[in-house]
Amino acid sequence: MEAGVLPELASVPWREPTDARWLRRYGRIWHAWTLLYTVPFVAAGVAMVILAPIAIPVALAVFAHAWIIPELYAFRGASVVRPKGPRNERAEPVAQGLLGDLLDHEERELQRETGLALEPGELGTWLVGECGALLVAPDGRRVHCFCVRVTEPELPPSDRVAHLLLALRTDEEGFATVANHAFAGAPWRVRRRLPVRMRPALDAARA
Amino acid sequence: MARLIRMDGTGHTTLAEWTAEDDARFQRAVVEFGDQLGLGYIGTVPEGKGKASHVRELPRDAELVVMRRPIAGG
Repeated sequence: MEAGVLPELASVPWREPTDARWLRRYGRIWHAWTLLYTVPFVAAGVAMVILAPIAIPVALAVFAHAWIIPELYAFRGASVVRPKGPRNERAEPVAQGLLGDLLDHEERELQRETGLALEPGELGTWLVGECGALLVAPDGRRVHCFCVRVTEPELPPSDRVAHLLLALRTDEEGFATVANHAFAGAPWRVRRRLPVRMRPALDAARA
Repeated sequence: MARLIRMDGTGHTTLAEWTAEDDARFQRAVVEFGDQLGLGYIGTVPEGKGKASHVRELPRDAELVVMRRPIAGG
């Protein structure tokens, strides 16, 4: 047996391993980036209101930019776990049974209610969906969003989750390296853009 | 009874079953496992809470071996 080696890593040899240090660095970069495209808009808007009150409509548009752009990024992050692709409802009960066997009771119930499988790991707590995963950092103050999928889209949704879960359990860092990092930000930013049924899973991952 | 299953469009398909003592059935499972590897599937052994292993050969003593498709960044 080859514990700790994800074979899919061979397809991305150029990538730096996504370990805890990489995640902290990327989290800081995302934080700085968010400030970079928010603070200038807010500052410009405030300056307009102070210096030329007649420009208040333009200032409002500038404030809207400062609000919308971070929201779009957070939406993109939360979208990695939105259900996508064919549902294959005929095969789903069988797939759900296998996925249930891979999870403990509480995680199984949470997965059935929210569509996300909670998996504690070394890098933090994962929430695995059909086409992506969220990673809540150990301090609970940041969520990393990863786009990752199985290469056979006809699979029923629970089989897609099971594929990702087994790959994650085989090699956590390898899983994060193969996946595409889509966003990092505060949990509240991701939560408000998640489908309502998925929000309890994020709450559970932070608990 | 150990099982070799493949996750596919039906949910999953049981490809082979064997016991450690039944060499003939285990050998049939080994052949089936090799065929699935040839089709691009990856052998994975779930090992309880939070653990799984990638296998290139069918382990005789495993209870469950799951053949899965590769994953990729979306």
